Amino acid sequence: MIRSLQNPKPYTNAFKAFIIAYFVFLFAPLVVTMVLAFNDSMFPSLPWKGFTLDWFFGNGPEKYGIFNDATNLRSIGVSFRVAVAVMVLSTILGTCAAFLFEHENFRFKNALYFLMIAPLVIPGVILGISILMFANTIGLAIENLFGVYVKFLGPGFWLVVLGQSSFISTIVALVVIARLRKFDRTLEEAAYNLGANRFQVLWFITLRYLRPAIIGGAAMAFLMSFENFNTTIFLTGSQATLPINLYLQVRDGSTPVINAISFLLIVGTSIIAVFNLSKGNKAVP
Amino acid sequence: MQTALSVKNLTKKFNAFTAVDNISFDVEEGKFFSILGPSGCGKTTLLRMIAGFYTQTDGRIEFRGQDMTNFAPNKRPVNLVFQSLALFPMMNVFENIAFGLRRRGEKSVDITRKVNDLLERVGLPDSGKKQVNQLSGGQKQRIAIARCLVLEPTVLLLDEPLGALDAKLREHMKVELKKLQLQVGTTFVYITHDQSEAMVMSDQVAVMNAGHFEQVGTPQELYHHPSSSFVAQFVGSNNKFHVALRKDDHGIFTARYANGKDFSVLPTPEISEGEAWDLFVRPEAMVINPAETAAGYNVMHVEVKAILFDGGNSRLLVCPEGSTDELVVALPQTKQFDHIKANDSIRIGWDPSKSVCYKRADWKLYDEE
Amino acid sequence: MTKSNRKTVNAGFVLFFLPVFLWLFLLVVLPHLELLRLSFSGSGRAGDTGFTLKNYAAFFKEPIYWLTFVRTAMYSILVTFLVIAIALPVAFYITKLARVKTVGFLMVMLMVPFWVSELIRVYGWIILLRESGVLNKLFVSLGLFKEPIELLYNDATMIMGLVYTSMLFMIVPVIGVMEDLDDSLIEAAYDLGAGRLAIWRTIIIPHCMPGIVSGGIIVFMLVLGSYLTPNLMGGKNSLWFTEQIYNQIILYFNWNQGAAFGFLLLVLSSLIIWVLLKLTRQSLKEVVK
Repeated sequence: MIRSLQNPKPYTNAFKAFIIAYFVFLFAPLVVTMVLAFNDSMFPSLPWKGFTLDWFFGNGPEKYGIFNDATNLRSIGVSFRVAVAVMVLSTILGTCAAFLFEHENFRFKNALYFLMIAPLVIPGVILGISILMFANTIGLAIENLFGVYVKFLGPGFWLVVLGQSSFISTIVALVVIARLRKFDRTLEEAAYNLGANRFQVLWFITLRYLRPAIIGGAAMAFLMSFENFNTTIFLTGSQATLPINLYLQVRDGSTPVINAISFLLIVGTSIIAVFNLSKGNKAVP
Repeated sequence: MQTALSVKNLTKKFNAFTAVDNISFDVEEGKFFSILGPSGCGKTTLLRMIAGFYTQTDGRIEFRGQDMTNFAPNKRPVNLVFQSLALFPMMNVFENIAFGLRRRGEKSVDITRKVNDLLERVGLPDSGKKQVNQLSGGQKQRIAIARCLVLEPTVLLLDEPLGALDAKLREHMKVELKKLQLQVGTTFVYITHDQSEAMVMSDQVAVMNAGHFEQVGTPQELYHHPSSSFVAQFVGSNNKFHVALRKDDHGIFTARYANGKDFSVLPTPEISEGEAWDLFVRPEAMVINPAETAAGYNVMHVEVKAILFDGGNSRLLVCPEGSTDELVVALPQTKQFDHIKANDSIRIGWDPSKSVCYKRADWKLYDEE
Repeated sequence: MTKSNRKTVNAGFVLFFLPVFLWLFLLVVLPHLELLRLSFSGSGRAGDTGFTLKNYAAFFKEPIYWLTFVRTAMYSILVTFLVIAIALPVAFYITKLARVKTVGFLMVMLMVPFWVSELIRVYGWIILLRESGVLNKLFVSLGLFKEPIELLYNDATMIMGLVYTSMLFMIVPVIGVMEDLDDSLIEAAYDLGAGRLAIWRTIIIPHCMPGIVSGGIIVFMLVLGSYLTPNLMGGKNSLWFTEQIYNQIILYFNWNQGAAFGFLLLVLSSLIIWVLLKLTRQSLKEVVK
């Protein structure tokens, strides 16, 4: 029943058919979306009316391609800026957490570790509403105490960044921890022995070793932030991120420009994903 | 005596590579049969074919006279003790041993009886409730064997089971396995690359090389009368001299050695005149400082390079005059040779009837870096 | 250790500890405490302040709320089991059956779709399945359907969508544990007379349990807290509990009610997980990755 044994042909063929069916199931929606991005029709569906690039580059009057679609482009910009901020914040927090839990010892370490894992299990919706309400309460308190209105505590860019980072940092932490666990600490001892101080050891030896994991974690943080919906929907202000914008268009109906956006996103994330996976980062988005 | 296992013309090819080449042999009921050979000789392939995990390219396999060549592995009356033992970590010892019986649908009462019975036989009567990771290396061995024996197979196959044990335990287990086999009476077929294991435990040994059997016989036969150059070098240790053979008019052979000395060799059907021959003499066949009157002995002068003290297995590393070869000579610990030191010059000699000659061949006996 | 060494060691510890502590307390602990506090408070409007249980009472009194929750929980459990049922053979094929050379490629192919946004993947199903979608147009033109059928906005499709979007979170842990399963254990079981089903029952599944349980917990929580997929694929009929939370907070601006619902979601789902763990006799310690 496994590869080192002789298996009857029907068994192997049935299994292969199952796996093929699974992959068809997995890729069908993606493939269909990507193909229809090139359909010269006002609806993202069959029949096929001919090949066109209008959903990418078209400039009206009927078809506005993604590169000329102001609202969508704006939301892409917002998503991008949020993702960069989240990437930086999460990578720093995640790496600090990795060092904290792998190299330091203190009371309540296990409790703190559990707290760090919690955001992964708590639904994104709850993370979103809790931060929304907490920030609101703090904001009101500051306003009442000092008469100052703190903008970033209301729904908007910074709240989205903070909300997303609350759980994305955990993911980066896990990726870095996985690599840090395999680190041979005697390398640090050897470096100390050769005269390096703590900072140099950290920079030249440990962080250097962690670099692939940190880069992989950062890439994952970027992607996860870019595509996040559940948490963002409660924290977003006047500037919508791309997922929220797309959601509205999907729900209320739109043109195949959504397919064009999807095409670009699928290609972009796949490239980053393949790059990351081929580097051996077997982590989960 | 009935034949427990009969293998006829068994061949296994992987594309162009022939792993097992037309092998035939019989194993008598109740015997301990070993297949001995270096890594890559095909012994594991042969074993897996007997177990049924590989399908042979050609040939037949019979158990107690019944042809089971195309039977699935779980339908053959053989069980395999894996090299890694493959004990199930998710079950305790009792459940491990009971596994095969349960799959056969035997009644709980019978299962309990059989399992406990076997635990007693392998000397671990109260270990049923233990977890696998609580056992020592030797205990795991015995449980793995018990798990197979409880199914009363016609043949028990063992795939180098002692490899993972440390040296002293391995020595102990060799004796234990031999005793166990004699006690339960099941036919054992054992594969190994360690010739000491094969010799100590077996009734019959087949020396395997590059997919075929070089020789099949009792350990004594293999040791004293190796039928090929490979067997002579693989079984036990042997000193090898590169010689040229000459036959004189009376049919008497002499072997000329690199340093100019001539040795007399007994004429056997295999030898003939030629430049490229190997002369083999066992370390214990070499006598240190033989008496002048030792009739017909081949004698030569050697320089002692080192004393390899190993208790009863002590040896001298010597270098013959006029040559750069190194020979190993048995050093009896009977006090009479205690005066010998490194750099001494001594004489060694041997009875010509204790040497064998084969056409020159160099074999890869072990992995080198 | 010299005095200066100890100082730098302490500085290092603080350097790592402070950001992590601030992150976890300001972004996780305190917000959830605030959520809890609000759930027990009145809305602060029209003098409606102070401790109250009415937000929670509303949940239990109003059938639509707790029925929605029960429905969400039951479907989440169903989805979890479906995901396990599919993940096991897929993981088995990749780790134990596929040719060694193709394994790396298959794993990448398996994981890449999950890096794509959930929204896009759901959108793909929408344009495939809706009445004016690809499958309908195809089947009608082929004569298989007489007229287009609305394949979306029903429970079966919603469940399929949930299985689809959460699949990876089961496959990764299960592949992880299956890789650790030594082939010789399966060979030995086979040699001792076990058939394929017996091997699955006695060897493979017991060995993979930790992975199955940890994957199961993640999938269950993910599906329970999912918003996009039920909303887009189930439509108005989705009746998913997260929708209730969204409605309370965004539509009705009743944050206190929303907070109570949020907390109920957390507590009740943790309860369900605890019960299931006890039933399958697993311990949480063994399961935490």
